[in-house]
Amino acid sequence: MIQPGLYQILFISTALFFIGIYGFFTRRNLITILMSVELVLNSVNLNFIAFNKYLWPNRLDGVFFTIFIIAIAAAEAATAIAIIINLYRSHQSIDVENAEEMKY
Amino acid sequence: MEGSTIIFYMLALLSLLSAVLAVTTRQIFRAAIYLLFSLIGIAGLYFWLQYEFIAAVQIVIYVGGIVVLIIFSIFLTQATGEKLPKQKYGSQLFAVLAAFCGFTVTVLQLFKYSFKQTDLPHVEPTVSNIGNMMLGLTENGYALPFEVVSILLLAAMVGCIVIALKNKSLKKV
Repeated sequence: MIQPGLYQILFISTALFFIGIYGFFTRRNLITILMSVELVLNSVNLNFIAFNKYLWPNRLDGVFFTIFIIAIAAAEAATAIAIIINLYRSHQSIDVENAEEMKY
Repeated sequence: MEGSTIIFYMLALLSLLSAVLAVTTRQIFRAAIYLLFSLIGIAGLYFWLQYEFIAAVQIVIYVGGIVVLIIFSIFLTQATGEKLPKQKYGSQLFAVLAAFCGFTVTVLQLFKYSFKQTDLPHVEPTVSNIGNMMLGLTENGYALPFEVVSILLLAAMVGCIVIALKNKSLKKV
């Protein structure tokens, strides 16, 4: 088996990113779409940490980017779930087809 | 073969397999649980890379916060035990094709490129180093983004409360 290094971690994060993209394309339920977005954000975090560890160990920039992305992801999830619950109250369903009225 | 190599591939397998199951299963509660395992696998990868602080933050915020929030909203909006409707075969095929093509192009480019490492002295990602740099005002400090993120979190909190407030004019109708 190959010794794990930067390329192996980048391969994992690429695979996670496109798994998230696949879920984003196929799902029709807003909560599952939110889960796919979380997967994409996690793959980006893994990328930043891997680059920080293997290429620029003299700085901690990747760590800070990861921390800020996690904070923004938490804010995004909270806001999205507030919108989803509000949508459920008015439509009794959370499919994306019902969300198109939100643009008015 | 070393033990750390085996652990790395097991963590990678855990996070990728449960991520695939999380986006393909038709039971939404199971999807949330698979997402939980995937996030735990990624936290394990951070431990493997010896970024313990990031791994702890990942577990506290993602596993303890976001997944619990998602499970709560599933309970509030979904009839239990009901399966999600089946997807159209055509749209599923198109999504698989798009994801697979993107993945192939990215991986081919990735393995062609050779990365260069710096020779400068290492900075250990300990909690004291992270804290000193995050609130530092020197050129490597991150005090300004820290404040901006804190304002963003406050704005998101206020926004959530405003969105979730019951609309009185809607209630009368």
